[in-house]
Amino acid sequence: MKKGFLFISCEEAKHICDKSQYNEATLWEKIELNIRYTWCKFTRAYVKKNKQLTSMVKKSKVDCLQNNEREVLKKVFEKELTKQG
Amino acid sequence: MPKHTIEPEKWIDRYSDYLFNYTISRVNDREMAKDLVQDTFVASLKSMKNFKGEASERTWLISILKRKIIDYYRKINSKKGKAEVRMDYNSDEEEGSWLEERVADPFDKTAEDSLVNDELGEAIYACLDKLPNKQAQVFKMKTIQGLETETICNELDITASNLWVIIHRARTTMAECMEKNWFN
Repeated sequence: MKKGFLFISCEEAKHICDKSQYNEATLWEKIELNIRYTWCKFTRAYVKKNKQLTSMVKKSKVDCLQNNEREVLKKVFEKELTKQG
Repeated sequence: MPKHTIEPEKWIDRYSDYLFNYTISRVNDREMAKDLVQDTFVASLKSMKNFKGEASERTWLISILKRKIIDYYRKINSKKGKAEVRMDYNSDEEEGSWLEERVADPFDKTAEDSLVNDELGEAIYACLDKLPNKQAQVFKMKTIQGLETETICNELDITASNLWVIIHRARTTMAECMEKNWFN
C-alpha cells in the first residue's frame, strides 16, 4: 500500500530491493528505498540479507543448464529410459 | 528396507542442474560437461540394480559422475602429458622434471578459492532443493542464467508481477537457508 510521496511500505521496499539485485530498479525507486532504509530496521535487515545472497551467488560462480540444453538431455534420456522399460 | 528409492523418470528435473554445476566447475568446458552429465545419467540407468538405497539418489549419481570425470581426465592427461614431455624436455641442457615444475605454487590462492566456491555452490544447490519447483526454476533463470524478466515471462507464460512475487519468495527462503547452512 502506497503511503504517500516518497513514503513506501515495507513490502514495496522489499520489492524494490529485489529488483535492485538485478539492476532493474529505477533511480526514483532507489531513492524511495533509501529513505525507508534510514528509519526502518526491517527494511535494513531485508536489504542486508538480500545483498548477501546476491554476493554469494556471484562468488560461487554457480551454473546451470539452459532450458533448451535440459530439453535435449531429457529427450536423449527418455529414449534410453524407453529402451530399459 | 532401503532408506531411499530410485525414480529415474525424475532425474533430469531433479538433478541435471546440480550435476552440471558440479561438472562444469571441474572440467571448465560447457559441451564436455553436458556430455559427462548425459553419460552419467545413461550409465546410472544401466546400473540401477546396484542402487541399494543406503545413500540418496543424488549421492549415488554424484559417485558415478565422479568416476566419469576421473576417466575424462585420465584420457586427456595421457595425451597431454606425452605432448608436454616432447615439447618441453627435448634438450639435454634442461634439468628437473616437467611434472615437478607443474606442482601448484603454494602462494597461489586459486585452488583454495575454487574449493570455497565449490562448497558455496553445493550449499546454494542444497538450498535450491528446498524450494518448490516453480520458485527454483524462476530463481535459476533470473539469478544464475541472468535472463531478462521479459524472456522468463514469455517462456513460462507468467506476468512480470507474478515473476517478482516468485522471486521474492525464493530469495527469502534462499537467504534464510544460506544463513542457516553457510554462516552457522
